Amino acid sequence: MSRIGVFVCHCGTNIAGTVDVARVAEAMKAEPGVVFATDYKYMCSEPGQQMVKDMIKEHKLDRIVICSCTPRMHENTFRKMLKDTDVNPYMLEIANIREQCSWVHTDKEKATEKAIALARMAVAKVGRDFPLFTSTIPIHKKALVIGGGIAGIQAALDIADAGYQVTLLEREPSIGGRMVMLDKTFPTLDCSACISTPKMVEVSAHPNIELRTSCELEDVSGYVGNFEVTIRQKARYVNHDICTGCGLCETKCPTKVISEFNQGMSERRAIYKSFAQAVPAKPVIDPDHCRKLQEGKCGVCQAVCPLKAINFEDKDTTFTDTYGAIIVSTGYQLIQWQDLYPEYGGGRFKDVISGLQFERLVNASGPTEGHILRPSDQTEPKDVVIVKCVGSRDPKKGKSYCSRACCMYAAKHAHQILEKIPDSNVYVFYMDVRTPGKGYEEFYDRTRKDGANYIRGRVAKIYKEGGRLICRGEDSLLGRQVTVEADLVILETAMVPADGIGEVVHKLGIAMDADGWVQEAHPKLRPVETQTAGVYLAGTCQGPKDIPDTVAQASAAAAKVCGLFSKSEMETSPMTSKVDQSKCCGCGHCEVCCPYKAITLVEIDDREGPKKIRRTVASVNSGLCQGCGCCAAACRTGAIDLLGFTNDQILREVDALCQ
Amino acid sequence: MQFSYYPGCSMDTTGITYKLSIEYICSKIGLVLHEIPDWNCCGATAAHSKNKMLALALPARNLAQAEEEGLDLDVAVPCASCYSRMKHTVVAARQDENMRRKLEEIIGMPYKAKADVLNFLEIFSRPEMKRACQEKMYRTLKGMKVACYYGCLTSRPVEVTGASSTENPMEMDEIVALTGAEPVEWDFKTECCGASHQVDAPKAARPLIERIIRNAKANKAQAIITACPLCNLNLDMREGEINKAKGTRYDLPVYQFTELLAVCMGAGAKDIGIHKHFFPAFDLLNEYLRKAGD
Amino acid sequence: MSVKRDENWEPQILAFCCNWCTYTGADLAGLNRMKYPENVRVVRVPCSSRVNPQFILRAFQKGCDGVLVCGCHPGDCHYATGNYFTRRRFMLMQRLLEYNGIDPKRFQARWISGSEAAKFRDTVTRVSQEIKELGPNKKFQEEWYSEGGAGNE
Repeated sequence: MSRIGVFVCHCGTNIAGTVDVARVAEAMKAEPGVVFATDYKYMCSEPGQQMVKDMIKEHKLDRIVICSCTPRMHENTFRKMLKDTDVNPYMLEIANIREQCSWVHTDKEKATEKAIALARMAVAKVGRDFPLFTSTIPIHKKALVIGGGIAGIQAALDIADAGYQVTLLEREPSIGGRMVMLDKTFPTLDCSACISTPKMVEVSAHPNIELRTSCELEDVSGYVGNFEVTIRQKARYVNHDICTGCGLCETKCPTKVISEFNQGMSERRAIYKSFAQAVPAKPVIDPDHCRKLQEGKCGVCQAVCPLKAINFEDKDTTFTDTYGAIIVSTGYQLIQWQDLYPEYGGGRFKDVISGLQFERLVNASGPTEGHILRPSDQTEPKDVVIVKCVGSRDPKKGKSYCSRACCMYAAKHAHQILEKIPDSNVYVFYMDVRTPGKGYEEFYDRTRKDGANYIRGRVAKIYKEGGRLICRGEDSLLGRQVTVEADLVILETAMVPADGIGEVVHKLGIAMDADGWVQEAHPKLRPVETQTAGVYLAGTCQGPKDIPDTVAQASAAAAKVCGLFSKSEMETSPMTSKVDQSKCCGCGHCEVCCPYKAITLVEIDDREGPKKIRRTVASVNSGLCQGCGCCAAACRTGAIDLLGFTNDQILREVDALCQ
Repeated sequence: MQFSYYPGCSMDTTGITYKLSIEYICSKIGLVLHEIPDWNCCGATAAHSKNKMLALALPARNLAQAEEEGLDLDVAVPCASCYSRMKHTVVAARQDENMRRKLEEIIGMPYKAKADVLNFLEIFSRPEMKRACQEKMYRTLKGMKVACYYGCLTSRPVEVTGASSTENPMEMDEIVALTGAEPVEWDFKTECCGASHQVDAPKAARPLIERIIRNAKANKAQAIITACPLCNLNLDMREGEINKAKGTRYDLPVYQFTELLAVCMGAGAKDIGIHKHFFPAFDLLNEYLRKAGD
Repeated sequence: MSVKRDENWEPQILAFCCNWCTYTGADLAGLNRMKYPENVRVVRVPCSSRVNPQFILRAFQKGCDGVLVCGCHPGDCHYATGNYFTRRRFMLMQRLLEYNGIDPKRFQARWISGSEAAKFRDTVTRVSQEIKELGPNKKFQEEWYSEGGAGNE
């Protein structure tokens, strides 16, 4: 038989002013299992807590009900108090007779009755409490950052500077991401490479950072503090331990391949470094284009390499490590506008380029060494049309969202053209100009004063006549059609999640929104967390944003990781779901509704009469379970239950309230 | 191969070259067209801009007439406007059972909406048709650069036509390539030709024609190829007018795509009505036929 | 136990409130000293999706006059997707109860966030009023007593 003690708090006059606390205590004495009940002025005070401890000893109490303020206020206080006693901290229930009784009612009689009912409910529940024990899980103080763009770089550096180990994973041969492709950054017109390459070098030199390029996420298991991560190192065919990055192989390789880094506007070799400042500054072989790997002939690079670093036998390898936290910073790519906008030529016109292509064109290290030249004939364009919102804010053809950075970089592009090509004309077709950010509106204003012609309306068609591109569109402010002849057209296209984000999200058990961006745990209050504890996000994988926002978010995610790592172990709530496997029929309804992927179906040995059988049952990973109880309501056999809020307990609460 | 056939009102008049060339090809490759008995107006322009039900019911009667024949064939329609109207009716009747019943009630005869409506681009795009045409070609227009002009109604609205592309369709380009002619890449394949507004609002509509011709010319085409009697008429008839009014020197004959096929199958100029063109159309064909050694 | 029939009859209403939104909202109502009828009693659950249909049936069986399930606004669930399940289960449950002769007004679901104290007050006040107009829920109780009663006597 349980030995319940009930303690009714006056909370000064907060409760006692409306509720007859003595009557509540008296009424509780009649409840089954209650061996002691009393009231006291301030239960949460030091003497109040001491009294509870004393009474536990005196009356050999094994479960406690406290009638006081909301459990959200002092449940933890009283649980901590019970740690010093023989009573398990989870053998405690709190009846909320302040916020949900004395403060909201005036009729003393009725309020007292309600308080008694609430106390009775707590007594009924506590009767079915059983000891629960928090377990602690060790935290592996090593972080994994997936994606080596500016977000990943910043996050890795912040964590590493705080003294923790970091692995930075990048699927491309070099880190740097999109930012290092850009020419200048708005609104200050800092050279993008000049501010990002030092960070890249810092990453490679940092003693706490393990840089893993040409690597992809293979598999993830485990939970916060203890993720078991398998990483696939793609074959590079160049031994980076020996290679000094002299670059001789690159000059001798006979195979030319379209350069991804220069957005298709120049060529690289089959053995290559993505760009001059690549980190690591060592080449890799592109197996899809290498003659030796494709046809078995050539091997020039191997012959010329003075250090014999080339290894055509190289294979993909995998390795596994344990991480305490993971940051997703997989970034974005530009939408494939060619398929969506045949009216803009669908990619048939060489001189209709994307914003990122323009960045390469105007970049001093780009294919034209910074001279803005038309890709078709390498002449300098005089009339340039910039079309904004290509794919953005266009639910019918592209994406419904705004890509946030395009208004500003369109202004930057206009500014750069006007600056570099004297007597040039720039026409910017826009829907709205959105410039929320420090110094942004001023920059836009300056661009207009530079002479950029802003035309409010969309371009309906781009076609070619006499070597020039004709843009036909609407000027919605004048309410008429306009036709602009251009030598070069720049489409400021929508940002979309990077290829392969779906796989990463799936492996990590986190969520994606309808557009494929990674879903944050709460849009306002938990913007860099995901719903899986220990997995954080940074940068454009979460949604379109510019560099300052990306870096801020990366540092925020790093701060979250450092916060987690500041303790060597973390307590887990014992109020998780539990499966009674003897009852479980293995239907999997719980697995489907669990938002944390904490439930998996497993096979167990069982017996049916004398026969040994294998049976499928649900199994809960208590490290992942957050205790929502959705599974318990979905279970048709009642096999799965939520500790601390069991079916039995809630039914008893209902019974007690409906007396 | 057989089809029910709805010629529409223009085939004996403005679309005479289209008609003659189709007939010539039919005789060569054994394509049989069964003209729908007692067909009526398709309702283009007038009906569909005034009364939705009338616009659906007029083609419904034609299609019902075809069904009554009992041949159980798809309906071939040469004119893009007729095609669009009839396709609208088929789609409406298939999507909505109530609509189909209502149409039956209006036309006073059963209409099951079983048959598909096909334009001649769709028909000639079929692999077996291409093969049949290929077999019968013994002349070529090798090297003649042509701009294939589809007009708007063979592809739009895409919900009705199910066209693969409304901006850069390729069906006609592929068919015309059978003759050895070289379709050019250009940008006005599906632009508006002004349609009937060439009659009632010439000031607004003429520039539409001009920019089509201009773009074809700018992309080095020597002729424009159409698949619609009205598109053909508009371009063919106005080109000279524009030259006269604006002092331009456009020199692009306008052919139906079937004319090129027929010519390469051996049709003489008079067989398919080359002499009926408003804009001189004989010399260019002649030049290329001769170049190819015929 | 007799079914309450007197003039001053007050309905008994049970509200299952999720810990993160509605329970917090109810606490905030208290903090702001808002007033609402005494007949509403809150059962705290971690998430509205924890509410097992069995709990609702038991409440009606035990003579409860109205049941309210409250959670975070759709899309704002602390557990990401819990309240979507609540919403679906609620739709089914309400129809099941109606089929069994219980007025669907007796079983309602509401989304009340942690900051919407006034909404909590208004909701419970309105629901309390509505249920009062419906009168006591005797459905399951009568059946309970007529079936079990005979055996007991």
